[in-house]
Amino acid sequence: MKSANTVPSAVKPPNPTKVPAHGGLWARVKQHKTIYLLILPGLLFFILFKFVPMWGLLLSLMDFNPYLGFSGSEWVGFAHFQDLFNDPKFYIMLRNTFMINLIGLVFHFPVPILLALMLNEIRHEAFKRFNQSIVYLPHFLSWVVVASMTFFVLSADIGIVNKLIAESGGNTISFLSNPNYFWGLITAQVMWKEAGWGTIIFLAAMAGVDPSRYEAAVVDGASRFRQIWHVTLPAIRPTIVILLVLRLGNMMDTGFEQILLMMNPLVMSVAEVFDTYAYTFGILNGQISIGVAVGLFKGLVGLVLIVIANTVVKRMGYEGIY
Amino acid sequence: MSFVQKKGLTLFDWVNYILIALISLACIFPFFYVFSVSFTDPKTYVPLKFYLFPDSWSLESYRYILSTNSFLNALYSTLYITVFGTILNIVVSFTMAYGLTKRTMPGYKTIMGMVIFTLVFSAGIVPNYLLVKELGLLNSYWALIWTSLTNAWSLIVIKSFLDSLPGELEQAAKIDGASDMGVFLRIVIPLSKPAIATFTLFFAVMHWNTFFNALIYLSDSSKWTLQLFVKTLVIDGNSGAVAQAGSSDEAVVPQETIRMATIVLSMLPILLVYPFLQKHFAKGVMLGSVKG
Repeated sequence: MKSANTVPSAVKPPNPTKVPAHGGLWARVKQHKTIYLLILPGLLFFILFKFVPMWGLLLSLMDFNPYLGFSGSEWVGFAHFQDLFNDPKFYIMLRNTFMINLIGLVFHFPVPILLALMLNEIRHEAFKRFNQSIVYLPHFLSWVVVASMTFFVLSADIGIVNKLIAESGGNTISFLSNPNYFWGLITAQVMWKEAGWGTIIFLAAMAGVDPSRYEAAVVDGASRFRQIWHVTLPAIRPTIVILLVLRLGNMMDTGFEQILLMMNPLVMSVAEVFDTYAYTFGILNGQISIGVAVGLFKGLVGLVLIVIANTVVKRMGYEGIY
Repeated sequence: MSFVQKKGLTLFDWVNYILIALISLACIFPFFYVFSVSFTDPKTYVPLKFYLFPDSWSLESYRYILSTNSFLNALYSTLYITVFGTILNIVVSFTMAYGLTKRTMPGYKTIMGMVIFTLVFSAGIVPNYLLVKELGLLNSYWALIWTSLTNAWSLIVIKSFLDSLPGELEQAAKIDGASDMGVFLRIVIPLSKPAIATFTLFFAVMHWNTFFNALIYLSDSSKWTLQLFVKTLVIDGNSGAVAQAGSSDEAVVPQETIRMATIVLSMLPILLVYPFLQKHFAKGVMLGSVKG
């Protein structure tokens, strides 16, 4: 990302690693036989576990019945997709996916940037490292542990916040079962878990700033805020732009494990997303074709979004994800 | 910024330091609270009372949870998947990533294209589940191991690491008559030790923390992993998960202290390797940011 961000993709230099081929195709294949052997286990994995399941996508065009099997089940064309688009639930899932992403974009996305700016301003190395160690830690916990901790901090009966409220005579707040709080809760959890970790990429970009630029700014009488605005922020702007565009490309994704863990019957109307629906219908209820159809819809829209995002990033002259 | 260090702390610094300290406090508080309650003496614990520190300390909850078969079973499942899964992850990822550094190999573009395609599209939850089912892997630890043998992101990061190794050593070994396999085993692998260490930790944490795959592939409670055990015990509030152990003193130890002790135990290995994680992972993130 760093080395490439000044090279517009249109004028990329020719690939220097391209070595002229020795002999014919067969000779080159033979020459690489050990290399193929090394690639084989991984390649088999990709074929079997990533590409073979794609045949399963055909099930979305059938009324698949596991007892009748693939040949015995009836083809129904796009009927499942028609049903899906006519189902009010579909629009609820679409709204939930959109809202969770939008709230995340507005409230979570800027936080690692702000936190990185704050950490970067710490002048005592030891204090900086100490705080970094603390804010990175939640990233390594599983969603099960994070959800469990949320439960002990926020639940209506045993959450410590509500214990405190109850002891001081207030009314307890049902953070976990009130639909009005759900999107905020999900975003707050992501923030707690990932904001610290998200600073790393920005801190690295900040570390690359030439100190003489700060000195020049000080000579010009710039305050600390002005230094941040005119020196630090421009240095991380490319990183911000790339992450923002890629984030937009992932708008179909929601933290699936997280939502599954935080979901309960009381918040279902705001928590149901495509993945949870595919899981409930396709796996728990055995309505395989519907589960596959929902997953395929999500996958295809996600594919289009990420391809657009990647193209935009490349057009801006940065290196994309592929 | 040594040039400003001469001055004392300004108001800007004070506000910044205090805000950061508060953020760190918010990050650490849930850990502190879970630890604190888990060490509370179950006999003096009052469920609805507000505690920050235990009235009296005790290891009773830990003693209890460590004596239940369901917890030990779950620990065994998780260890099994983590150990075998991580070993295979390392072998498959490094061999494949090394192969993918050979751009002149016929088929390179096709294989790389396949790997990258998986970054942007996946068949989805249900088709993956059906495949595992067809392969007869339901309720087998190997369902979790085979389905996460490697992944595109790791391959790309490892490949870019291997690309950065000096090519001269490889060429010199080739001139001395070493085979491709010899070069890989005697030159590339020793040079890759830091990356192997990083990815060992990465894959181990991934397996340790896996929840959803375990949920769909391991429905038999005797095969449950720690994450499923914790989820059932804490989030579903299902005391049956512990009661399965058939212990008679369940009434003596309140659920809350047991649950918190279980959470602490389930994240203990992560906390123990955290100093290494932090050091190596930060590097890995930067490596990954080059591509992906």
